[in-house]
Formats: sequence, structure tokens, C-alpha cells
Amino acid sequence: MNIILIILKRIFTVTFIQKAVTQGIPMLFGASGEIMTERSGNLNLGIPGIMYMGGVGGLVGAFIYEQSVATPNGWIGVLCALIVSILFSLAGGLIYSILTITLRVNQNVSGLALTTFGVGFGNFLGGSLSRISGTAGQVSVYVTGMTFRTKIPFLSDHLGIVSDILFSYGFLTYLSIILAVFLTWFLFKTRRGLNLRAVGEDPAAADAAGINVIRYKYVATCTGSIISGLGGLYFVMEYLGGTWQNNGFGDRGWLAVALVILALWKPARAIWGSILFGGLYILFAYIPFGEAAQEIFKMLPYVVTIIVLVLSSVRNSKENQAPKSLGLSYFREDR
Amino acid sequence: MDTVNAIELKNICKYFGEVIANKDISLEVRKGEILSLLGENGSGKTTLMNMLAGIYFPDEGEIFVDGKEVKITCPADAFELGIGMIHQHFKLIETFTAAENIILGLPGAEIIKMNEVIDKINDLVNRYSFELDPTKKIYNMSVSEKQTVEIVKMLYRGANILILDEPTAVLTPQETDRLFDVLRNMRNDGKAIIIITHKLHEMLSLSDRVAVLRKGEYIRTVQTKDATELSLTEMMVGEKVTLDIGRKEPHDIVKRLEVKNLKCVDKNNVTTLDNVSFDVYGGEVLGIAGIAGSGQKELLEAIAGLQKVESGSIVYCGDNGEETELIGKNPLEIRNVGVALSFVPEDRLGMGLVANMDLADNVMLRSYREGKSSFVNRKDPRKKTEEIVDELKVVTPSISTPIRKLSGGNVQKVLVGREISNAPSVLMTAYAVRGLDINTSYTIYHLINEQKDHGTAVIYVGEDLDVLLELADRILVLCAGKVTGVVDARSVTKEQVGLMMTKHTEEVM
Repeated sequence: MNIILIILKRIFTVTFIQKAVTQGIPMLFGASGEIMTERSGNLNLGIPGIMYMGGVGGLVGAFIYEQSVATPNGWIGVLCALIVSILFSLAGGLIYSILTITLRVNQNVSGLALTTFGVGFGNFLGGSLSRISGTAGQVSVYVTGMTFRTKIPFLSDHLGIVSDILFSYGFLTYLSIILAVFLTWFLFKTRRGLNLRAVGEDPAAADAAGINVIRYKYVATCTGSIISGLGGLYFVMEYLGGTWQNNGFGDRGWLAVALVILALWKPARAIWGSILFGGLYILFAYIPFGEAAQEIFKMLPYVVTIIVLVLSSVRNSKENQAPKSLGLSYFREDR
Repeated sequence: MDTVNAIELKNICKYFGEVIANKDISLEVRKGEILSLLGENGSGKTTLMNMLAGIYFPDEGEIFVDGKEVKITCPADAFELGIGMIHQHFKLIETFTAAENIILGLPGAEIIKMNEVIDKINDLVNRYSFELDPTKKIYNMSVSEKQTVEIVKMLYRGANILILDEPTAVLTPQETDRLFDVLRNMRNDGKAIIIITHKLHEMLSLSDRVAVLRKGEYIRTVQTKDATELSLTEMMVGEKVTLDIGRKEPHDIVKRLEVKNLKCVDKNNVTTLDNVSFDVYGGEVLGIAGIAGSGQKELLEAIAGLQKVESGSIVYCGDNGEETELIGKNPLEIRNVGVALSFVPEDRLGMGLVANMDLADNVMLRSYREGKSSFVNRKDPRKKTEEIVDELKVVTPSISTPIRKLSGGNVQKVLVGREISNAPSVLMTAYAVRGLDINTSYTIYHLINEQKDHGTAVIYVGEDLDVLLELADRILVLCAGKVTGVVDARSVTKEQVGLMMTKHTEEVM
């Protein structure tokens, strides 16, 4: 009993909640993007790689900008980082789309290959930047990184504990939540959302209804990649403060993919899911059993995902399942 | 008459690799008429219609709609021209409501106003007297409700030319009548309707003209009023045929199965079979009649060991007088006793065949356990497959073609042929001719008769009462899971059986 009390005492603190949110946001971006992709029937397992690409893209954009002017302006740095990050993620999404949609290559294989590629690509570019950036051997885009960390004025320091829990984050955090809510609204209330869900459920039926299946798949997969890539950008800029650490992003990309299942393919549900995952992801550090036990607790997010999978399949509600044709390629004249 | 044709096809050709699906087809459809498209399985009817719906694109030839030449490259083009096709396998999203399916892919305000959509759907529903709840999810719907959704979907899109691919294959007689009333309403409204069906009597009662295809080629179009079942069949097959099931008197009958007080419940605790008792004899055909869902499927599955039995007994009587209780045995043991089941489900592939495997491998599914070697024997199944292909005239490029590439009717021939080829002592077959053309249907009837002649006990579940009366020796009538009668097929009338089929449903409703 005592041990539980100790753990609870350590968890119910403002810093723990803040840390859980910080850990959760990259996963929320990743999951939102992957949900868009999966809703079109594409199981993009390249998301972890694309998040590395989006992250290193932001670093490259900000680095080039900060190197080219004497006194860099933070917000221009943010803009450069965003643009290059989006371009890099888009490139990853396009590679995957061309392979799986146009050439109809197996989606799992393409996705896993893309992840391997993306991680290597990120480490290569990030590591190279560290090498060429000077004496410390550590690349830093400090000005841009600090601008990413800018908090909302007034709200972040006048409301006491509310400020600490709700308003102590940079703008990407709020963007991720707004995006998740918007995407849920898009999927379930708009015509294009309806069409997109139809493509993921049964592309042949969607095609027969006059929907351009190929275009929907491309747009959803590429947009999804861009959104996921922002998760990598968040990690590099707001979490690390504008620097690179090889393999620093770790397995958060896979957690994002697991979060899609936890959220039952609804982005809004990924909001609380991401904070839960973020908390579980760092919980091991709060367990007073020594280092050996910590490794066990690192499994927690995955255990929760499995429990959710079991529960949702026991409930057997048809609406809460993966899109029916997830992972399958579509060719109209195929029988 | 100087009316413009709704559709005119000129010299249409379509090839799939080396297979010629359509060759030089010219055909016209007038406004305000129902045209039937007739042909054997695999004669290219569906392919031809898919070219009008924008699923396939013709390799050669021209299509005219309302007198103007058009190119239909995708389904959206077809909608633009007012062509709507209701596919044999419905193109509906299971997890969506009817209304969502109906507006799918349509242009319009980005934010969907569901109330307005539902009002508009209800208008259409009332106009042609359909029965439909637009807010119901597709996965909660019966086959006929799904079909209604498909038709309303096309009308909502303003279709003036409606194509229906085997719409009645999975409907009950009552549902079929209701569908035909709706179709006649639409014809009187000036719409052109093309219907593909294998049921000749339906075709004769519904359509104005009949166009016949044979092996991908156009034969000719005749006025329905000048046609008979026999003349149409001969046109379709290309040679003289006799439409006679040729039932023989049963001889050397011996008791094979004894079913006593059988009771089954489904997972929602609803009783599906209640106190069912009957005997099955080798050397005769026992027909099972009943409205769809009266317990036919459960009965066959209970005998085959695929269904959990609440109470009762199923005893198999062997040649040497020994009796075996089948309840409690697993499906493989029951099959080894000599009880075979060939069930053709509504979607044909769902039970018994693996879509991605080729013909020979599918046949091998029944025999791969034979022999002591740890390697499978491929030779015998291949030989057997070739026999099935020959005997039932399965249209396939080769026996190494994946099953999914075959047309629906041919898939079924493989399924039924495989079960018969194993020479069981009890053969259970359900909906064996579902979706098959008339000539192939007769091939299957002859096979069943042959089995009966060899002393096999045949249980035949069918939808077509006319056929049941001609094929079976005795008919067991099921109604809501209860036996409402076992009658002699030679002396009973269709009306009497029909009455027994509905005896209890009226009380329930």
C-alpha cells in the first residue's frame, strides 16, 4: 500500500502532468496523421520514419536560415522550419503513396522500409549538421527553438496552477489539439470526410459511387504524412529546444501507430489517449523498484493498447473497427 | 417509331488478356421498356453492363446515349449520363446508414444536412412505393433492403437508365414480386431498365424484349411475347435442349439418417430449430422448402456438425445396420462417415472455397488429409478438377486460375461439383443452382438424380418451388424452425406447399 501511495504522490504533481503532455503531443500528431491515412485504407507503417524526416526537416530549415543571417528572427525561423519540415514529410508520404497506390506494392513492406529509411535519413542529416556546426559537436538552432517554446502571453502566468497545467506549452501543442478536433469534425460531418471513410471501408463501393478513389488515397496519405511529420518537428524544436540527438525520438513513432488503435480511428479520442500514453511512457521513472523493474513498466503503453484491442473486439461494435479494406490495394478492373 | 434509343451499343469488344469477354456486340435499349439480358454463366453479360457503368472500358466499339456518342471512363461519367447499375454484389458501405450510402460521392454543400437528404429520399421512396428506413445501418439490413438502398441510390442520382445484375438471385418470391412492381412503376415513368436474370419465368413475366448473348457474342433480340422458356434456352445454348428434370422412381431405399426432436438456438438465445424430426433415405431426394431463414441453414449445419445442438439426436445408419450418433462428433468425423455438405451462401465464396487459391487447390481442400505421406498428393485432385471442369462445362482459362477470377456461376459449379465428386452416402446441398443459368441448373439436377440412382441420400434445399416439386421425392416444409409437414412431391401442389411455408409466420407477425 505504501508503495502505491508513494507512486500516486509522485504522479499527482504539476510537473508530471506537464511532462505527460510534452511526451504525448508528438504521438498525437503522429496518430492524427496516421488516422487520416488509415481512413483511406492505407496502413502507413512508415509513419515513425516520416516523423524523423519531418523533425530533421525543421532542423535543416531553421539551421540554413540562422546561418544565413547575422541576427536571426525567431518567427522567420519557425516559418522556415515549418516549410522544410512539411516538404520532407510530404516527400516521405509521396514515396509511400506512389509505391502502394500507383504501383500497388505490399503496404506493410513499403511502410517498414520507409521507416528504416526515414530513421536513417534523419540521423544522417541531423548527425551531419552536428558535425559541421562547430566546436561543440552539437547542432543548435537556439533562436528558432526558443520561439517554438514561446508560451501564450498573460494566460500562461496569471492563473496559477491552471496556467501551469493548461497554458505552459508552445503553439504546436495547441495546434495538435485543434487539428485533432478539426479532423474528427471533417471525417464525420463533411461530404469529403464521408467519401474518405467510404474509400477506406470499401474502395470498390466508393468507386462505383463515383468517388475518385486514387485521388482520395493520395491526398489523405500525403496530408496524413505532413501532420505526422509535425510531431517530429515538435520533438526537435519544442522538446529538445532546437537540437538533434541521434535516435533521440526513440519508439514514439510506433506508439503513435498504437495510439490509432487506442483512439479507435477517431482523432479527438487520441487527445486524451496521447496524454495517457505520454504519462505511461515516463511512468517507469516514478516507480521506486530500481532500474531492473523500470524496463517492465516501459511496456505499459503497449499493454494498454492490447487491452483496448481486446475490449473493442469483445464489444464487437462494427463502427469501432479498423477500416475494412485497411492494408489492401485497389485496382478497379481486378476481380 | 421515331423515339430516340436510351442506349445504343455498336460493335463493342472487350478482352481480358487472352480471354474474349465481349465480341462485336450491338444492342439498343428503348426508353420506357424493360430489356432482359440472357446468356449462360460467363457469356459476358455482366462485363457488357460494367462497360455502361464505367467499371470497365471497352477495347473497341461505340456507345450512344440519347443518340449522342459518349465515352464512359469512370462511374462518375455514367451517373452524369443517367446510367445507374445495381451490381450483383452490392456496392454498399456496411458501417454507413442507408442515407449516407445514397449521397456517397455526390457533389453538394460541404457540410452535410442529413435532414434534407432524408426528406428527399423519403419522397423517392413514396413515389415508387419502396419500403426503406434511411437511418438504418446497412449491416442491420436484409438482402432485399440492401437492394432497395441500391435502387434508391441510383434514382437519387437521377438515373434514367437502370441496370440490374441478377437482382432476384437472393430474394424470396414475395420480395421479388415487390421488386417487379417497383420496376414496372419505373418503366411507366419512362425509364429504361436492363435486367440480367437466369430465372426465365421471371423474365417472361417482366420484360418487354429479351436480348441473348452466347459466349461473348450477341445472338439476337426477340419480343418477350413471342418467346417461350424452351425457345430462349435454345437460343442461349445454341443447340436443341430438353427442359426435363427426369425424375426416376426411387429404388432400393434404405434408411440413412434419423433426426429426432432436434432443437437449436442461436447466440441471442432465439430458437432456430424446434422439435424437428424426420428420416432420410438412401436412393431418394428429400427436398426442404421454406421461406429464407426458416432454419434450413441451421438444420444442414447441425447435421454436418457445424452448429451446436441444444437437444435431440441425429443417427446415421450404416450399410451393415450399425447406428452412429452424429451429435458430438466434429465436422471431419461426420464427413468421414459419409455425410457431405455443399452450401452455396448468398455471397457464394463465403463458405467452402478460398478465393485466392486455384481450382485444383480448392478441390484438394477435401482430400489433402488422405495418404500417409507428409507430402500432399496433387495428381489426383488435378485429375478430379479436370473432370469437374469437363462435366459441368466450367468456363476457366485453366485449372490453375484463382477461383476469384471466375464468374459467379462458374465458382458455384466448382463448389457443387467437388462435393458430388467425393461420392458421399448423404449429400446435402443448399441453393445449389443459386445464380446459375438454366442449362447449368439442369446439369446439376441431372447430377443429383444420378447420385440418387447410385443410392445416395440427397437433401436438397431450394428456393424454386417448381423445381422442388419436380426434383424431390418427398418435401419437408419448414416454417420458423418447425416442421409443418412432410409431403409426397408427386401428389402435392405448389399452393399447398406455399401455404405450409407460411403457416406460422402469420401468427408470429
